[in-house]
Amino acid sequence: MTRAALSALLSHWRRHPLQLAMLLAGLALATALWSGVQALNAEARASYDRAGAFLAEADLARLEAPAGLIDQADYIALRRAGWQVSPVLEGRVDLGASRVTLLGVEPMTAPPGAVAADLTGADPVAFMSAPGQGFAAPETIRAVGDAPFELIEAPEVPVGQVLVDIGLAQALLGLEGQVGRLVLLPNQPLGLPPLNEIAPHLQRVDPETETDLAALTDSFHLNLTAFGLLAFAVGLFIVHAAVGLAFEQRRGVFRTMRALGLPLGRLMALLAAEMLIMGLLAGTVGLVLGYLVAGVLLPDVAATLRGLYGAPVSGTLQFRPAWAAAGLAMALAGVLVAGGQGLWQLARLPVLAPARPRAWARASGRGMRVQGVAATGLALLAGALVVIGDGLIAGFVLLAALLLAAALFVPLVLAAICALGERWARGPVAQWFWADGRQNLPRLSLALMALMLALAANIGVGTMVSSFRTTFVGWLDQRLVAEFYVTARTEAEAEALRAALAPRTDAVLPVWFAEATIAGLPARLYGTADHATFRDHWPLIAEAPGAWDRLAAGEGVMINEQLARAADLWPGDTVDLPGAGRLAVAGVYSDYGNPRAQVMLGIDAFLAAFPQAPRLSHAVRMDAAEVPALMADLQDDLGLPHTLMSDQAQAKAVSLQIFERTFVVTGALNILTLSVAALALFASLVTLSGMRLAQLAPLWALGLTRRRLAALDLARGMVLAGLTAVLALPVGLMLAQVLLAVINVQAFGWRLPMQVFPADWARLGAWALLAALVACALPALRLARSAPADLIRVFAHER
Amino acid sequence: MTHPEPPAALAARDLVKRFRTGEGPVEVLRGVSFDLAPGRSMALTGESGSGKSTLLHICAGLEPADGGAVLVAGQDIAALPEAARAALRRGTLGLVFQQFNLIPSLDVARNLAFQARLAGRHDPAQVAELAARLGIADLTARYPEELSGGQQQRVAIGRCLAARPAVVLADEPTGNLDEATGDRVLDLLLEACRDAGAALLLVTHSPRLAARCDARLHLHAGLVAPA
Repeated sequence: MTRAALSALLSHWRRHPLQLAMLLAGLALATALWSGVQALNAEARASYDRAGAFLAEADLARLEAPAGLIDQADYIALRRAGWQVSPVLEGRVDLGASRVTLLGVEPMTAPPGAVAADLTGADPVAFMSAPGQGFAAPETIRAVGDAPFELIEAPEVPVGQVLVDIGLAQALLGLEGQVGRLVLLPNQPLGLPPLNEIAPHLQRVDPETETDLAALTDSFHLNLTAFGLLAFAVGLFIVHAAVGLAFEQRRGVFRTMRALGLPLGRLMALLAAEMLIMGLLAGTVGLVLGYLVAGVLLPDVAATLRGLYGAPVSGTLQFRPAWAAAGLAMALAGVLVAGGQGLWQLARLPVLAPARPRAWARASGRGMRVQGVAATGLALLAGALVVIGDGLIAGFVLLAALLLAAALFVPLVLAAICALGERWARGPVAQWFWADGRQNLPRLSLALMALMLALAANIGVGTMVSSFRTTFVGWLDQRLVAEFYVTARTEAEAEALRAALAPRTDAVLPVWFAEATIAGLPARLYGTADHATFRDHWPLIAEAPGAWDRLAAGEGVMINEQLARAADLWPGDTVDLPGAGRLAVAGVYSDYGNPRAQVMLGIDAFLAAFPQAPRLSHAVRMDAAEVPALMADLQDDLGLPHTLMSDQAQAKAVSLQIFERTFVVTGALNILTLSVAALALFASLVTLSGMRLAQLAPLWALGLTRRRLAALDLARGMVLAGLTAVLALPVGLMLAQVLLAVINVQAFGWRLPMQVFPADWARLGAWALLAALVACALPALRLARSAPADLIRVFAHER
Repeated sequence: MTHPEPPAALAARDLVKRFRTGEGPVEVLRGVSFDLAPGRSMALTGESGSGKSTLLHICAGLEPADGGAVLVAGQDIAALPEAARAALRRGTLGLVFQQFNLIPSLDVARNLAFQARLAGRHDPAQVAELAARLGIADLTARYPEELSGGQQQRVAIGRCLAARPAVVLADEPTGNLDEATGDRVLDLLLEACRDAGAALLLVTHSPRLAARCDARLHLHAGLVAPA
């Protein structure tokens, strides 16, 4: 009995292979996008763990010179005094054909248990003696090609880094006699002289005060996950449409089988098994596709995370069984959600229910009322969250409620427009055109909702990215006004540097800073000179009257937006600064791309509060054309390595490159989601076209040519898609507003002004119509070319 | 003085139609000919599978014949391009299908007027009168799915008659009606065709209904045969 029943059920798919293909493709794509994003997240998180374990620094305190480098003499003094410290020097350098991060360590003192200690401890003599050795990930070695020393494959080393002896690192970076930081090993001997006696200018940084890499990047991953979920939802629309249609088409078969004695429970179990098989099949294909998608996107994600957060993420994807299991589970859950409604209806269906497909218009009338109530409820929820919502999760709930409410409203609005069109139409064909569009809306509504979601996401994210780009470029122009940036290695060198710069430049502005805890947050404080460079260009988003004068007089401070929002400090408030007392907040400035709190003090107040702060870095105002010559002279005269100098163009180019790569992934996911939505529309139209012959044949018999009917069908699809695109515009702009004013503020700590880009909308609208044209063209073409015999069959079946 | 015979409203000349099946070609019509003058009615009878519906579809220009010709007002419809055949169906022919084939997205009023409006002959008063005579005047705001089979059939007949076609091709138009209603509807169909001078070709299984037509064409194994 089971076999016969299963065979009868599956015969539907044999007769409707395209519908089956669409169902499987929809589910596979949904799974692919979701699991692809999850693969990216898993790989990044694994890389964070690997990086944490690499030097075992995550749990260890360290000593740093606030402005950069430590004299090797300090290290020797500390070791002689009995302190167990290990030096590390890190820096970017061109090696072979690639630019890498050199990580110089001292193998004899490296923290026990660290991966670096294990690697270098195997043959420390070879590692330390000339020409030296380097350990790097295989992909880094491939990128480097020929190196002046031996490179050994070590997958444990984060991609883009090369582990070398500290002496070699000093030579390659041009920083002889300098180290970057000193790692304090656990279990120090008892009775050691205090650190501040041996090296009072060094600062102890405890591990817990550092911002954790995983926490820092959480927002980025949450954004990716949200996009993956949206893509999954759009894919599920296809599955829901295909499964729902299959249930409708097989109502007669269900009735017959039950009338012939198949128990309802068995029938439902068989249908559930059928869905399970499809879920497994499509899920497996989706996993393979997801792996490929993640493989393509990972290099950009890795570059983004490296650029934005300094997070070392591998560019190579690993296969993780837990990820595959989670992806399959999502596919199965998706197909069960899509088919659950059909099963529920089947369970409540009387044995002799009409075999004819449900009267769609009537059923949809009831369904539309329910849909309207749900949409209104979600819209109210979104409205309430705008007023009372707080936190990133509330932001994403707001986003979901807004999108879902808008999607549910789409068929209602389209039905109303069609009804108006029918009322205003003059001719019989025009009246039929609108009435027919309204009647077929329930069958197309899921695809149109998917299209609306994809378009709204495109407009929203596109507006956010474009607003961000415009703001960011303007902000860079304001922030990077100086033509030349240079850092000395020692105070003496800085002194000589300032003397060398003075006669050849317009102004040498200090970029001197110290670390402190402000309002409970780790923050960096800058001493700021009173100069037109800042007064005329600094990007203030809020300021008290006479803000710059108050800053120069040491009566007020400027804080960055991140600190202002996190601690709710705005002009008119006061803030406690260690060593400087309570000062008024004179202004708040935008500070994109920086995850930390920042404060600007007048230079005199800064030096009074932090007399020990190193005075090494400088921003230089000068004729930009003179910069290359100056750089060459400083290299020759003072021996300054080029790694400590950069011109404005270089600094801007690096910042913009990081920015562009940040949104490469978003752009790719946007396009994929829109493709899935176009596929949903295509799937719905193709399955619908098979069922529409019965609706169109009488019109053909009454004197409308097949070509005209096909043109009307094409026009109907285009009109519905066009109206959906128009509806997506306000939804997309609302989405952009939520992203800019809620999600970004919660995730990154800054708010961006929204800017509109009508040319982008026009381009997207054209793409949407093109996608709709492609989706509508095949069914219309099939209709135009249908043989009269196909249409005759509608009447012949009457016999 | 003799008047020349007016051309038949509908005529068939040696119609042949074959279908391909798994067991080779099957000849459904094997040289069928007839003439139907304006204002006259003809019953088309025969067993199931005798080719009645195929003949009706060929006469409507929905299906091509493999041999012979169908002449509508003296014009060979096979010689017309598709657009002209479509125009013929809009303006000259009226079809009544057994399964009604109403347009589900339009209400009864719009279904009734649909073909007349396509043909450019819409007369609201005439449509209202037709609806009253067919007993569906109070159903005009409903949609096809809200009607019984008999009501739908009357709307289909009304849609055809409202267009005032020169030739009515009706496929078992009373098959879904009870005897009394069927008789009334057939009366209306015959009367409307006679009044308008339209030719009526009526497919039926019922000898009683066939007897009410002016002529009868009985098909057997693809050939015209004695009833």
